Amino acid sequence: MRMLSGLLALLLLALPVQATEEVLSFDNETQRRLYLQLTAELRCPQCQNQNIADSNAVVSVDMRQKTYDMVMQGSSRTEVLDYMVDRYGYFVHYQPPLNRYTLLLWLAPLLMLLGLGWLQFKRRRMQLSTDSNEAAEPAAQLDAELDKLIDQYRSKK
Amino acid sequence: MRKVLFYLPLVLFLTLALFLLSGLFSNPMERESVTINRALPAFSLPDLMQPDHQWQPELLRGETFLLNVWGTWCPTCNAELSYMTELSQQGVKIVGLYYVLPADPVLGEHFDLAELQADVSNKLQQHGNPYQFNILDVKRSLALDLGVSGAPETFIIDSNGMVRSHHIGDINPQVWRNKLAPVYQQWRQQDGANP
Repeated sequence: MRMLSGLLALLLLALPVQATEEVLSFDNETQRRLYLQLTAELRCPQCQNQNIADSNAVVSVDMRQKTYDMVMQGSSRTEVLDYMVDRYGYFVHYQPPLNRYTLLLWLAPLLMLLGLGWLQFKRRRMQLSTDSNEAAEPAAQLDAELDKLIDQYRSKK
Repeated sequence: MRKVLFYLPLVLFLTLALFLLSGLFSNPMERESVTINRALPAFSLPDLMQPDHQWQPELLRGETFLLNVWGTWCPTCNAELSYMTELSQQGVKIVGLYYVLPADPVLGEHFDLAELQADVSNKLQQHGNPYQFNILDVKRSLALDLGVSGAPETFIIDSNGMVRSHHIGDINPQVWRNKLAPVYQQWRQQDGANP
């Protein structure tokens, strides 16, 4: 028993394995941020729906390396994105550009919002018109109807 | 007006259902390549078997050929070797672009040219050798410039060094007949026309 607990205690001593695979150094914080932003918004061309920061496919490793090299050489965000899009197409960027193929994609939320607003407007108007009809009835008449209902209810008892 | 509103949900539902149904039959791996109708990117890479020799785009001009991205580590690439060998025997010029893995499952992380050459010769003897020669891309720089996302991939390059087709996946009789052969024949016929 003592032996066992001793062995178990030994397990606690196992040092956490550090992920030392990619330790990148940057000249400044801006470069580091840019690199992290770019690897998060570039999409791995081989995998289905993974960004290159998340993926360990060979092509993602290469794209990360290229992104790093370009960032270190002082390339801007657009330059890196253009470089990748030039080779892998718009597929590679998670933010599709606005062009005639993606127009519907970008406009759809706006159209839906407008449609909903229109529907709401229509309903409001229908409701208003019925409301005003009801309001036209004299309050006294309504009270009388209510009294009648109460009487009916009581007489049933 | 009310009737329209009544049927609107049904119409919306049917549209969505049709859209999703069409998605079931689409291939998510398929997408248009942007490298088509562009010139081969500039490169200077060694020959796999004669590393003293450097290949450049200019040296590849004069005849339409297939540029096949492959590696011995890739089972699909090994599987397509025999069919491509048949094609090469029919007179199709095929050039290999050897895609070196950063950590090869057989050869390990340390790159050793002699070991790789032995492995390649072995595989080619086993399955057939369709290649006139192989270009060695250790850093996968040409692969990146060509928009290669893995292996196998195949490009058709015309006699002027323009990329005319980009196929992701293996070459089998069906792919060759339906997709690659028409493009290959078209550019092959023009080879003689404008030397």
